[in-house]
Amino acid sequence: MSSLVLAHTRYQLLEQIRVPLGLVASAFFPAASMLAFVVPFGGDDPVGATRATGSMMMIGAMSAAVMGLSISVAQDREQPWNPYLRTLPAGPFPRFAGRILTTMAVMLAATVPVLVIAALLTKASVTAPRLALGLAALLAGALPFMLIGLFLGFLLPSKAAIGVSQVVFFPIAIVGGLFMPPQFMPEFLQALSPYVPSRGAAELVWSAATGSTPNITGIVMLVVWTVAAALAAAWAYRRDEGRRFS
Amino acid sequence: MTVLARATEVSRRYGDVLALDRVSLDIRAGELVGLLGPNGAGKSTLINLFVGLRRPTSGTVELLGGSPQDPLVRQGIGVTPQETGLPEALRVGEIVDFVSAHYPHRADKGELLERFGLQDLVKRQIGGLSGGQRRRLAVALAFAGEPRVVFLDEPTTGLDVEARRALWDGVRSFHEQGGTIVLTSHYLEEIEALARRVIVVGHGRVLADDTVTAIRDVVGTRRVSLTAAELPELPGVLGSEREDGRVHLLTADPDRLVVELVRSGTPFSGLEIRPTSLEEAFLAITSKETADV
Repeated sequence: MSSLVLAHTRYQLLEQIRVPLGLVASAFFPAASMLAFVVPFGGDDPVGATRATGSMMMIGAMSAAVMGLSISVAQDREQPWNPYLRTLPAGPFPRFAGRILTTMAVMLAATVPVLVIAALLTKASVTAPRLALGLAALLAGALPFMLIGLFLGFLLPSKAAIGVSQVVFFPIAIVGGLFMPPQFMPEFLQALSPYVPSRGAAELVWSAATGSTPNITGIVMLVVWTVAAALAAAWAYRRDEGRRFS
Repeated sequence: MTVLARATEVSRRYGDVLALDRVSLDIRAGELVGLLGPNGAGKSTLINLFVGLRRPTSGTVELLGGSPQDPLVRQGIGVTPQETGLPEALRVGEIVDFVSAHYPHRADKGELLERFGLQDLVKRQIGGLSGGQRRRLAVALAFAGEPRVVFLDEPTTGLDVEARRALWDGVRSFHEQGGTIVLTSHYLEEIEALARRVIVVGHGRVLADDTVTAIRDVVGTRRVSLTAAELPELPGVLGSEREDGRVHLLTADPDRLVVELVRSGTPFSGLEIRPTSLEEAFLAITSKETADV
């Protein structure tokens, strides 16, 4: 079974590397934001810069999860290759696992430019164990976004997925305090912030990287969002299966 | 002989459309069976049921003694993807490796590619292949897992003569080694070149299930239409029907039929002779018993 997961992961990674649109999009945007905002305006404050670096990494991970995953799932559903894969002797698990592992690889790859910029151009600092913990927190915090990506991908045609995933991505990232630290946001956004999943995800990363105490509402809501997104993704998957393969 | 795939009283509905209507058939070990019929006849639906992509609305489909929905059962089959959907970014060798990884028994990659004339393209990206090369690769993938039964849906539609021949050779060599093949086509020519047994499908039903020779004779029929009040007994009429005052007669020998008609002295007008489509021929024959002339 694990050899099949490997085969599917290898195949999807090759596609990601050969047509690196998703990879470039996920890596470019946070790196550019890093250069445009964090380096000139927050680079001298070690804790602030470290937190901002964590936020930018989370932006890349969210982009890979919400946009990358939804678009690739929606596009795959439209290809005649997709029903062919179902005739191969495997259940849905290896392909699904391959998708998740590939998305995680893209997320981690997208952190590299952000980390390099942070190390060279800001006072951000982190110990090796805290960096490892931060990356683990990044993957854990990205879980609801992967599920949202799957939900949109199984629900929408690819053209709609491209648009809708962007519309979902930016407001959630902004309200969650990824572009601007929550304490600098207008009051009503500060109040709303813990209720979007990006805030809880960012709290995990900030806490792992700097040892800060996470916002409890944010963490609870992250779990709530994860469960809700899992249910929605499962529903969309079954609906799609029923339509095309019953 | 061992039955490898069996449909029993299988019906399949898509909304209001009845795509298959109580179809029963057996595919036995070592057979090379052609499913022949026009687009929309139900061939693809039948294949989709056998390979586990769809479930029957009623009736049962058996594959290698189990259910086509079971991945373990599907280890024994090979299917062709549509070549338009092959992943462009991967290389030929990589996609063969990927498909092979699903099977316990794997064909040797070099030998498989050579069988379909693709041996020089192992490192080529699929996006850079010609249409004919893609099609051959798609068919080769069906053989990657050393299957017992291979399902080929329209394997050579739109191919040039040379590519078609290379493909047919690959299919034949599999059959000669004891492999079982089910292929669909709407060209009798393609089925003739490969298959021994032909199953003609139309309007969701099996219209005929016979040898290639028998089917070809039927396909060679002509339709003789004329306006007449009453007709005498005529020789070689395979089927007949009456609509709006016109009588349509199906026959393999229209010349003799017309000669006999004239000799009988029956008054008639508007004589017309034309070739029948495959579907027409079989529909007429199957409704022969109920026709009333």
